[in-house]
Amino acid sequence: MSDHKDVWIYVEHKEGAFTPMAYELFGIGKKLAGDLGSDLCALVIGENTDELAKEAGYYGASKVYAVDGAPFKTFRGEAYGKAACEVMKKYNPDLVLYRATTQGADLSAVCAATLETGLGSDAIGLELGENKAVKMTRAAFGGSYLVSVINTKTKPQMATVRPKVFAMAERDTSKQAEVVKETVAVAEDDLRTKVLEFIKSQVMVNLVEADIIVSGGRGVGKPEGFNILQELANTLGGALGASRAAVDSGWIPQEHQVGQTGKTVKPKIYIACGISGAIQHLAGMRTSDCIVAINKDAEAPIFKVASYGIVADYNQVVPKLIDEFKKRLNK
Amino acid sequence: MKIVVCIKQVPDTEAEVKWDLQKGTLKREDMDSVTNPFDEFALEEALLTKEKYDAQIVAISMGPEKAADVLRNAFALGVDEVFQITDPALAGSDTLGTSYVLAKAIEKIGDADVVLCGKQATDGNTGIVASELATRLGYSQLSFVGKIVEIDEASKKIKVERGIEGGREVVEAKLPAVVSVLKGINEPRLPNLMGIRKAAKIQIPVWDTNEIGAAKEKAGVEGAAIKVIELTTPPPRSAGEMLSGDVEEVGNLLVEKLLDLKVIK
Repeated sequence: MSDHKDVWIYVEHKEGAFTPMAYELFGIGKKLAGDLGSDLCALVIGENTDELAKEAGYYGASKVYAVDGAPFKTFRGEAYGKAACEVMKKYNPDLVLYRATTQGADLSAVCAATLETGLGSDAIGLELGENKAVKMTRAAFGGSYLVSVINTKTKPQMATVRPKVFAMAERDTSKQAEVVKETVAVAEDDLRTKVLEFIKSQVMVNLVEADIIVSGGRGVGKPEGFNILQELANTLGGALGASRAAVDSGWIPQEHQVGQTGKTVKPKIYIACGISGAIQHLAGMRTSDCIVAINKDAEAPIFKVASYGIVADYNQVVPKLIDEFKKRLNK
Repeated sequence: MKIVVCIKQVPDTEAEVKWDLQKGTLKREDMDSVTNPFDEFALEEALLTKEKYDAQIVAISMGPEKAADVLRNAFALGVDEVFQITDPALAGSDTLGTSYVLAKAIEKIGDADVVLCGKQATDGNTGIVASELATRLGYSQLSFVGKIVEIDEASKKIKVERGIEGGREVVEAKLPAVVSVLKGINEPRLPNLMGIRKAAKIQIPVWDTNEIGAAKEKAGVEGAAIKVIELTTPPPRSAGEMLSGDVEEVGNLLVEKLLDLKVIK
């Protein structure tokens, strides 16, 4: 296994640019490569990847493996998986990191199953452990437990990395990567899937990337109640969240749901309005930096995790907050 | 058409989690268990597909003896056949081992057109078993599906909408396919009394590793590449400050405190 070397990151891109969260992978990848005394290599798959390969160098990759071709125009697990696995088999990375996105999950799963190796999911901690293997830590049950795992058995080691945990790498145009172009033959006819269309979401609900989330629960009482929460979210440049109770009541679409059967979020500020704080909701937001709870019920469990608590009707407090923020922020 | 639904028994999402901190495993026997909430949508989607296209549904579950409950529930809802995969050698499987065992079981069932899974389980939360399964079986990989648009049995094709970052992606794929579904793809039904009575009487067939032709050393603790080495509880989040006063006062106070964080611009 000693022939396995280097830390690889799989870098996602869209419309010719890296996706915002890709920069965190460069950050943590570089650090681990340094600890291991190895190189940071970026794997870029797509159509016309020359510019991206150059950018990857600016962000700290010393080598870029680029697979270019028409079948790679849009992401498809099977096509990208075939390309990634062929390149990995040729160069034998020690560790491969992916983002914990739908794309990262799809690709990492194809690679792990094809190369018969272990895959750690949703890492919030990555550091060197025994035998220079990487100890991967994830939050289980919404941060009420931290589970650390290690793979000393198979190579490459693989992990998907949670957004908003690791620091982004800085861009430095004086740095250059060696670009290794790899050709992987993938015939369109042999592929099982075809992407027909992408329908952009009308409401952009990017809870996972949001720094500020205003969220509503059963206590909101009616679909219209979410209007003022949306207004507060807009005022603060944040996203609108909801508890399962509100989603199941049909007041707000499921994309907004935070919790065990919704999204796990880690914003800098989470404002919970009319949310009691059931375990399954806390599981999705308890690691937020600052939690504000506004609830009529002084006994609501949400107050136990709140940085600031207000026992009141959100209907009265939220309009006041909107006015005051608008005034202070000159909006 | 033959549909295989993979379902998992998980600790009740409303219950307090109990860990064996020494072994790094869940104390499953001490916790109330339910069907993985995401698998309920997979099950319902199988039932809806059967109503629309006429299909045979086989439900499988890998887990300890107790997990037979989720198959009984599936049977009560109207699936045609159920099989439980249980073997002491399977305890402690990671996703690699789980996808291996499920693939073996699905190969034994044979001739599957569509394999339905929930997008993830609420205990492990990895969301990768379905895709590993597709890779192992050589089936089409259709993950995070929010809608099955149509299934064309004659041309062996399926069209779905996947929910991905920023929107929906319409994908056409060859059958067989492994489809993992999102919450909200449908509204799961409850079993009726007749179904419950029927399910109470059935003997659930049990398969061990030999039965499905799975190598013991490729699953369970022995086959796992990923080992749990540490389980800790982070310091509990302490309750902060309660702000009191009239709406005017608490509003101003909170705005002040939040602006101090220098997050809001």
